[in-house]
Amino acid sequence: MRHFEQELEQLKGKLLEMSALVEAAVQRSVAAVTQKDRSAAEQVLRDEARINALEMEIDEFAINLLATQQPLAADLRLVVAALKINTDLERMGDLSASIAQRAVSLLSEPVIQPMVDLRHISSLVESMVRKSLDAFVANDADMARSVLASDDAVDSLRTASYHELISFMEKDPRNIPQALDLIGITRSLERIADHSTNIAEDVLFLVKGIDVRHHAEARQ
Amino acid sequence: MSPMQTPGPQPASDVTMRSQTLPMQMAEENKPAGEQSKLSTKNLNFHYGAFQALHAISMQVYANRVTAFIGPSGCGKSTFLRTLNRMYETIRTARVDGEILLDTEDIFKLEVSELRRRVGMVFQRPNPFPKSIFDNIAYGPRINGSVSRSGIKDHVEQSLRRAALWDEVKDKLHDSAYGLSGGQQQRLCIARALAVNPEVLLLDEPCSSLDPIATAKIEDLIFQLKDSCTIVIVTHNMQQAARVADYTGFFLMGKLIEFDNTTVIFKNPAKKETEDYITGRFG
Repeated sequence: MRHFEQELEQLKGKLLEMSALVEAAVQRSVAAVTQKDRSAAEQVLRDEARINALEMEIDEFAINLLATQQPLAADLRLVVAALKINTDLERMGDLSASIAQRAVSLLSEPVIQPMVDLRHISSLVESMVRKSLDAFVANDADMARSVLASDDAVDSLRTASYHELISFMEKDPRNIPQALDLIGITRSLERIADHSTNIAEDVLFLVKGIDVRHHAEARQ
Repeated sequence: MSPMQTPGPQPASDVTMRSQTLPMQMAEENKPAGEQSKLSTKNLNFHYGAFQALHAISMQVYANRVTAFIGPSGCGKSTFLRTLNRMYETIRTARVDGEILLDTEDIFKLEVSELRRRVGMVFQRPNPFPKSIFDNIAYGPRINGSVSRSGIKDHVEQSLRRAALWDEVKDKLHDSAYGLSGGQQQRLCIARALAVNPEVLLLDEPCSSLDPIATAKIEDLIFQLKDSCTIVIVTHNMQQAARVADYTGFFLMGKLIEFDNTTVIFKNPAKKETEDYITGRFG
């Protein structure tokens, strides 16, 4: 294997390490909320620093490859996709940390609402995260497309959940602090889904060289 | 601004460009919008004795665009370039069949001197005449009488300006061309080719013996020249093709494997052979 190919493998390896950390952070933050798991929340907050450090490491590595190797075709697409996926993963790490923080503040509160919707949304989001990263690892365009298809479902679940939480607040103002935390958590989950969608779009660019963002295919 | 940021008009779709190896009528119908064919070849075969160097090349060079040919050594790209102004004719064993049109004229029916005036060429190593800078440029127009005696001075200046060399040589026009640096000599050769107002300029590895600064000057020049002529460049340097060309063709073992918009070739080529070559996984 040429030196450059080894470096591309290294880049992919670092991104996989980042993916594993972020995927675990998303799962733990959800468990922290739905199972009131304090240790899971604390683990998410501890891992955030490692995710941030990896983001900078991957960016630097990828920029060095662009500067020194001038990659082309599939190699170019890999380096560009790595830079973009890296940014999305770091944001997903931040959002997981934000969920974990809210989970900690909810620990002492009695549950005002059976968290059916939240469980539903979180399992959908977790599956999107997993699929988008699996699609990246396996260069699997079909799997990436299946992620794009789930994004609308998350959006409508979030809207339904908002309405429900608003009616809780209207019923009893004492519910407001907790309902606000739950709205924040739902919002973070929805944004994690958006970042998974971005990753899936980057995988399609990487594998097929096509741009499917902002309904570009439908417009064509 | 680099040519990569301002590519020529986009092809109507990938499929249209990828049909370039089909018969000419097809290619003609699928020409990218806004492009005019300057040179076109149809089923062009080339032999050196028993060895076939080019196999049924059918493609078009678009007017006022830069077209680059890339490929490994011995793939036929330079041979192809040399057929476009019949530069191979001094090679005794060379044999060519097929069609090459310049606009609508069959180049094999043109006077060779007329063809080479219209389709100029610059080679890998700068090859100025052992004459002054001025006489290098004036030589062509004097021979073919295209410029009046009184107009020659202005014409030399204009040609040197077009080749972005005037400011560097205006005070030493009557010095020997051999006193110029390699990069200046190469621009002098481009100015000499431009002096007879060619419609097409063929560049065979024009920067391979130049340093990065001289190379950048030639590349800038290529970008400017395409307003007034059509440029075909053969290069080993893929980054150079990516920087200067609107269209790129990949040759392998005498065949034109792929021809498309430069950004498509370097971002997402259709053929695996192209991908392997440009990512260095070839052979």
